[in-house]
Amino acid sequence: MAPTLPEIKLIAILPEIILAIMACALFVIDPFIKKEKKSQLGYFSIGALVLSAFSSLFLFGESITTFSGMITLDAYALFFKILFLVAAIVVVLMSIRYVQVERINLGEYYGLILFATIGMMLMPSTTDLLSFYLSLELMSMSFYILIAFMRKDPKCIEAGIKYFLTGVFASGIILYGMAFLYGATGTTNLSEIATFIQVNEITSNPSLSMAFVLLITGFGFKIASVPFHMWAPDVYEGAPTPITAYLSAGSKAAAFSVMLRIFIDAFSLSSGNWWQILWIIAVVTMTLGNLLALVQSNIKRMLAYSSIAHSGYILIGLISASEIGYAAIMIYLVGYVFMTLGAFVVIVLLCSRNLKGDQISDFKGIAQTNPMVALTFMLFALSLIGIPPTAGFVGKLYLFNAAIQGEFYWLAIIGILNSAVSLYYYFKVVQIMYTEEPSENTVLSFSPPIKVALGITGFATLFIGLYPEPIIKAALYSVKIFL
Amino acid sequence: MGTNVYGFPLLSLLAYLPLVGAIFILFIKKEDEKKIMQTAFGVSIVTLLVSLLLIPGFDSTTADMQFTEQASWIPSLGVEYAVGIDGISLLLIVMTTIITSIAIVSSYTAINMRIKEYYVSILFLETGMLGVFMSLDFFLFYIFWEIMLVPMYFMIGIWGGGRRLYSAIKFFLYTLFGSLFMLLGILAIYFLNADPTYGTGQYTFNIIELQKLNLPLHPFQFWIFLAFFLGFAIKVPMFPFHTWLPDAHTDAPTAGSVILAGVLLKMGTYGFVRFCLPMFPEASVYFMPYMAWLALIGIVYGALVALAQKDIKRLVAYSSVSHLGFVMLGIFALNTHGITGGILQMVNHGVSTGALFLIVGMIYERRHTRLIADFGGLSSRMPIYSAFFAVTMFSSMGLPGLNGFVGEFLILVGAFEANKIYAGIAVIGVILGAAYMLWLFQRMMFGPLDKPENQKITDMNRREIAYMTPLVVFMFWIGLFPKPFIQVIEPAVEKIVQRLNSAGALAKQSSTKKTAKIQEETEETLIAINLETSKRVTD
Repeated sequence: MAPTLPEIKLIAILPEIILAIMACALFVIDPFIKKEKKSQLGYFSIGALVLSAFSSLFLFGESITTFSGMITLDAYALFFKILFLVAAIVVVLMSIRYVQVERINLGEYYGLILFATIGMMLMPSTTDLLSFYLSLELMSMSFYILIAFMRKDPKCIEAGIKYFLTGVFASGIILYGMAFLYGATGTTNLSEIATFIQVNEITSNPSLSMAFVLLITGFGFKIASVPFHMWAPDVYEGAPTPITAYLSAGSKAAAFSVMLRIFIDAFSLSSGNWWQILWIIAVVTMTLGNLLALVQSNIKRMLAYSSIAHSGYILIGLISASEIGYAAIMIYLVGYVFMTLGAFVVIVLLCSRNLKGDQISDFKGIAQTNPMVALTFMLFALSLIGIPPTAGFVGKLYLFNAAIQGEFYWLAIIGILNSAVSLYYYFKVVQIMYTEEPSENTVLSFSPPIKVALGITGFATLFIGLYPEPIIKAALYSVKIFL
Repeated sequence: MGTNVYGFPLLSLLAYLPLVGAIFILFIKKEDEKKIMQTAFGVSIVTLLVSLLLIPGFDSTTADMQFTEQASWIPSLGVEYAVGIDGISLLLIVMTTIITSIAIVSSYTAINMRIKEYYVSILFLETGMLGVFMSLDFFLFYIFWEIMLVPMYFMIGIWGGGRRLYSAIKFFLYTLFGSLFMLLGILAIYFLNADPTYGTGQYTFNIIELQKLNLPLHPFQFWIFLAFFLGFAIKVPMFPFHTWLPDAHTDAPTAGSVILAGVLLKMGTYGFVRFCLPMFPEASVYFMPYMAWLALIGIVYGALVALAQKDIKRLVAYSSVSHLGFVMLGIFALNTHGITGGILQMVNHGVSTGALFLIVGMIYERRHTRLIADFGGLSSRMPIYSAFFAVTMFSSMGLPGLNGFVGEFLILVGAFEANKIYAGIAVIGVILGAAYMLWLFQRMMFGPLDKPENQKITDMNRREIAYMTPLVVFMFWIGLFPKPFIQVIEPAVEKIVQRLNSAGALAKQSSTKKTAKIQEETEETLIAINLETSKRVTD
């Protein structure tokens, strides 16, 4: 019998194709652009991202599985694709001035951001372990370079090496877990794995357990959950601020988007006792993250610990393993992306030639010199704590909803205790902005792109807080694929 | 769900008017201080007038929600935009608008830095406070409840004195801690209502709908009551959650203390009346002894600590702990007298303690000290001041003829009906209250004027007299003729007591009719006593 080629529907990855072509084009154009005009490449990549976002809007309502079941385009994937594209746009907007200040105004910077975005966008689409691994590596590779982009800054190099080593290690562990999974089930396709487990009624199988533990470990590194979080503070501190923002918001969201696919589709988390291990990780992650954030004086490190804590909160949704829980993860991630990016935009605003702007004390008195910036930062802080009317509140409400509905009362109580603790360190920054006198060397330098970035993130954080209906509806519609 | 006689979203207008004013002030230049103050005052007065418009349209014969507005907001969650008021809310809303206006006027000279942000904060705060008292949807309620913390945090943290940053974050942390537990409680009711075994099977945050829920005491009412308890008890604050209060009060600017004491603390007691009693009647009865004892400890402990204070403002703060103990005792007497007295005492405390803080603020503005030992013999230099101080002090002590008496009397009657021991211990609090107040007055006002700094002290100016007068009018009005105030809250209280009875919770207590009869009698005696006292005073 002649082998038949599998049918390939390229439309399923249309947004990624557009972005990939544009990214390659960017590398080609790059040498022809004068050094002082490299910002044009930033606008070029924004154009690419917008184009890709538009093309994904046309794919609404489609449900395509192609590449021999490796890639699936459904509402769930589209939800995340658009989120990543918006996040990438904000990251590029805040980069345009930052790269000039830090003298890393090179075309590759934007190109690599686009490639990292492609990797992220593919991740929620993957329904096969192999395609998942490929997209994960595409994203990680781009980040390895981006994090170490300030070649002359030793801290940045340190961050790059740390992220590279832990990242490669984590990828190796994920690969090892995938090997066990393949060994136990004989397939790499997620739905086939699920069928195999169901049909053979496997409840406890050593290699399946091994696979689960290894995958959790690998993902634990990617989402920076305790005890796999050690790299995060150093990397966040050393990396260029927009890249830290993208790492914190984008790559974490991407990892969660694929975790849902793997752990719910393949492992069917709702049955069995898988949740117990996640319960412990979630509790330790949020508690340790919040406690360590209390004592930081560098705001990027503080946000690193806070982002660790947020991973803990998001795991609540995975543990409760219900429709509301999955929707909660998606809703929370949307809010999380905007509020985290927004906080980093303000840090970028503070950065100038003679001030790194990453110490909490650099925020002194901004409320008097730039009231709108202070107000917007306070909005992000409120959102990160989970105080209404912000996106963070809606997300937390949904997560606690999921916990209460799933009768994980202790998890909910530990979650709210942590939220209360987080108030202290977020408001330490707000307090410094509002109650201290401004210092002379804090000069915020505005440029139109960064204003737009601050506007997008601030508006989204407030709007989702006041009218979350569209996001909730989209999330509830998307998670139907898991039921 | 209710009625709206005006057919016009009056409540929303009322709630968002201060917010619009605050946004308007944002566009005024920072240097134009006079215009900022005038705008803030103007907005607060218009808000006050709008809140007065509620009174003619209010039907005090029904316990139903009035002036209701309802609109779909987040259908996926079952969240509605729903507002409405009953008598209890009406009283507190009008009190809020009055106290905010007074707080704004009292800040004219006291606040002299970052004026713009200050008035924006106060107006923003007013929107939050009004929203809390009118929300009929838990989601909306929670937004207002939380959002109000931010301006209050700034008021203490930026314009406060002493350890202002410590006090501000302590206030914020304590309250947030409590309200997050309340949030869990809200979510639990939300899901129980959606469970056909217990509720209607619908996902809704509507407070009126959720009040119809009949949950079993164990485990649901028990635990959810505790979750709400944490949220409200910290806000009230009840002993042993009161430690944030003296710090926040002492370090807040005068207007901040006035709003804090006048309105913010009432949100906790309001929460107990609005949510805990009707939603968890069995749990309320179950926890009644514990609540009553905590309230009694608060009464006596607050009064004793107040006796020992050297700082006037701290003394007033601890007196608040004691007074709010009375309010809680009244509410958890779980009978008509107690609850009516509790609600009335909420208003009384707002008026009297608000006035006391204003009085402390005036002397602080003149002398920049709040230590009792720094004063003495002021009455000869400040006759008007000492007159206002005396009336306020008597009102706070509960002297017959003034507002404090009516509230405390009703509470004591209610407590007596519930358990004679409660009333007995509470009376100790009344005596101690008279002791610390009179002693304070004596040390500050009488005796020789021996401090040279006090020689040149000036009496109250016209602005100060103007903003103190309405408070004093209310002290006499509620004291001599409390009937309109009691009438307004009566139906709502009856409804709560009925709910407590119909849940079979208060089977051992007398029927509602009997209680109503007793109430009539006491009201008559009360008025008689008041008239007699006022006669004696005039003689």
